[in-house]
Amino acid sequence: MDSRRTGRRSIGHAEVINFPAALGTVASAPGLNADISYFPTREQYVAVVQACRDEGFEMCVDLCGVDYLTHPGRELPEGVVGERFEVVVNLLSLSQRRRVRIRVQANADRPEVDSLFSLYPGTEAMEREAFDLYGVLFTGHPDLSRILMPEDWEGHPLRKDYGLGRVPVQFKQTPGPR
Amino acid sequence: MTDTFRTVERPDTLTVETSEGAQELRQREFTANEELNREVGAVLRLDGRVLSSDSIDVERQDDETMIINMGPSHPSTHGVLRLMLELDGEVVLRTKSVIGYLHTGMEKTGEELSYVQGGTNVTRMDYLSPVNNEISYCLAVEKLLGIEVPERATWIRMMMGELNRISSHLVWMATNGMDLGSTSMMIYGLRERELVLAFFEKVAGLRLNLNYVRPGGVAADLPDGWHDDVQVICDTIEARTYEYDQLLTGQAIFRNRMEGVAPITAEEALALGVTGPLLRSTGVPWDLRRTMPYLAYDQVDFDVIVGTYGDNFDRYSIRLNEIRESVKIVRQCLDMMPRGDYRTQDSKVTPPPRARIDESMEALIHHFKLFTEGFHVPIGEVYSAIESPRGELGCYIVSDGGPKPYRIHVRAPSFVNLQAVPLLMRGGLMSDTITVISTVDPVMGEVDR
Repeated sequence: MDSRRTGRRSIGHAEVINFPAALGTVASAPGLNADISYFPTREQYVAVVQACRDEGFEMCVDLCGVDYLTHPGRELPEGVVGERFEVVVNLLSLSQRRRVRIRVQANADRPEVDSLFSLYPGTEAMEREAFDLYGVLFTGHPDLSRILMPEDWEGHPLRKDYGLGRVPVQFKQTPGPR
Repeated sequence: MTDTFRTVERPDTLTVETSEGAQELRQREFTANEELNREVGAVLRLDGRVLSSDSIDVERQDDETMIINMGPSHPSTHGVLRLMLELDGEVVLRTKSVIGYLHTGMEKTGEELSYVQGGTNVTRMDYLSPVNNEISYCLAVEKLLGIEVPERATWIRMMMGELNRISSHLVWMATNGMDLGSTSMMIYGLRERELVLAFFEKVAGLRLNLNYVRPGGVAADLPDGWHDDVQVICDTIEARTYEYDQLLTGQAIFRNRMEGVAPITAEEALALGVTGPLLRSTGVPWDLRRTMPYLAYDQVDFDVIVGTYGDNFDRYSIRLNEIRESVKIVRQCLDMMPRGDYRTQDSKVTPPPRARIDESMEALIHHFKLFTEGFHVPIGEVYSAIESPRGELGCYIVSDGGPKPYRIHVRAPSFVNLQAVPLLMRGGLMSDTITVISTVDPVMGEVDR
């Protein structure tokens, strides 16, 4: 199958981004999609995103949380210690037609990372969503309130230790599991 | 004499005031400066152009403005979107959208469903373009599995996706017309959409939430006579788009309400992460079908429609012309539809054929396992994005090697696009809020998931 068929013709290949030397080394791993993942520490996080923005990644398309409570053995590059929470940021470069993924680890006891709001104002709603559903705190966010759940909701529903709700099905013979 | 007044004691539950607390728009003195800036739509504080809420607030003092609530059940908010507006007379100063009224925890549900069942979940997110949701989800799963999809399945997906784009834009044309008082557009739009939905019913058995695209291919081959059906749909809808032109495009009232209203610049759109027709209306030629082609979009010929001014009218004309472009793509699918399998023959994801089940115990067990436990997906994580009628529809899946996704996150274009609303509303008239919501085109099922 030629490259025209596979549709990879115009997608840029994963090229390594040159981060400023002051940042130190940033761990990275290739992704499935010809995109590359970076694993900055919490201290490096905003500077790495800033460097990507300077590199031509105009848009932050996605930001979401992941709770790795029951899947601790995930693949991480050398030197990265997996913590319970992870914030995954997908950046898109319109000019170079490529994507980059940034995954930053967040502590289990007090998950807290810096907000990207000052770099990409479009992360406002996404960070609120990650806070709402995972309880990840974003330092520097202008209005970190819940977004999908009611304000007085207890707990963060997408966490793995948050139980599933259940509405009992009304069959006459078998009462459903409660 | 007894009291002649008849009174009824009102139950407490009905008189309790609802409150979303900090999610609501508050008085200026209780709002932090940065948040205030956001609510007035000051997006580009980045490039040294720091705007303070005072400098762009040329209006009166706080005590003369009014905060009003619009929605969540308002006929023109396209679902259960709630907006809180700060008004100075007729002029909108600040806007904040309060969402979550349709939140049903679909991402949590997605973690409890196997990859086979996942399609039924994602198809209900953006309920106006279910096929696009399924395509995005299935492309992500297939990337994790590392399987190739037969060419016919790819082309069927593309054709169904484009038909779905047509029907989604037709609903938009209809509701947008309705919002502006054109009741006939409402009826025409829904009438034409019915053609597409009837075809969907023929193909998949359902009109709306199809669950037609499955990991590994599609659920069933196209029915007999599909060629003629699609031909009729293309001819009819293409001809009708010119009738819409006559009805709306040149009409003076319509143009007055659309032209120059609620503009957005390319810089602002990029900073907010806005995609789809909203981004293209600012002149950025960004359409994932063309710029990062998936399926077989690099083999068909179509134009990416872009606007110039980023106003309501540009967004309208982009959607109207995208219907024509989609018709063009569907016609090419008609001509170029390859023969062959409609789903992969990889027995890992595809059940054995019905006839085999009768004669082979192994096939029966295989079939049973596939539909009870499901197939296992290798450890990994993937983000795949497609161009839905509303913008970039991404699907981020983390797999822990089991038969269910460990984490499934859908990057919903409406959810992100909604952030442009404060900016678009700023300084506009109260009556224009209706057109702004309409041209942003949020689907609340997808916003709240």
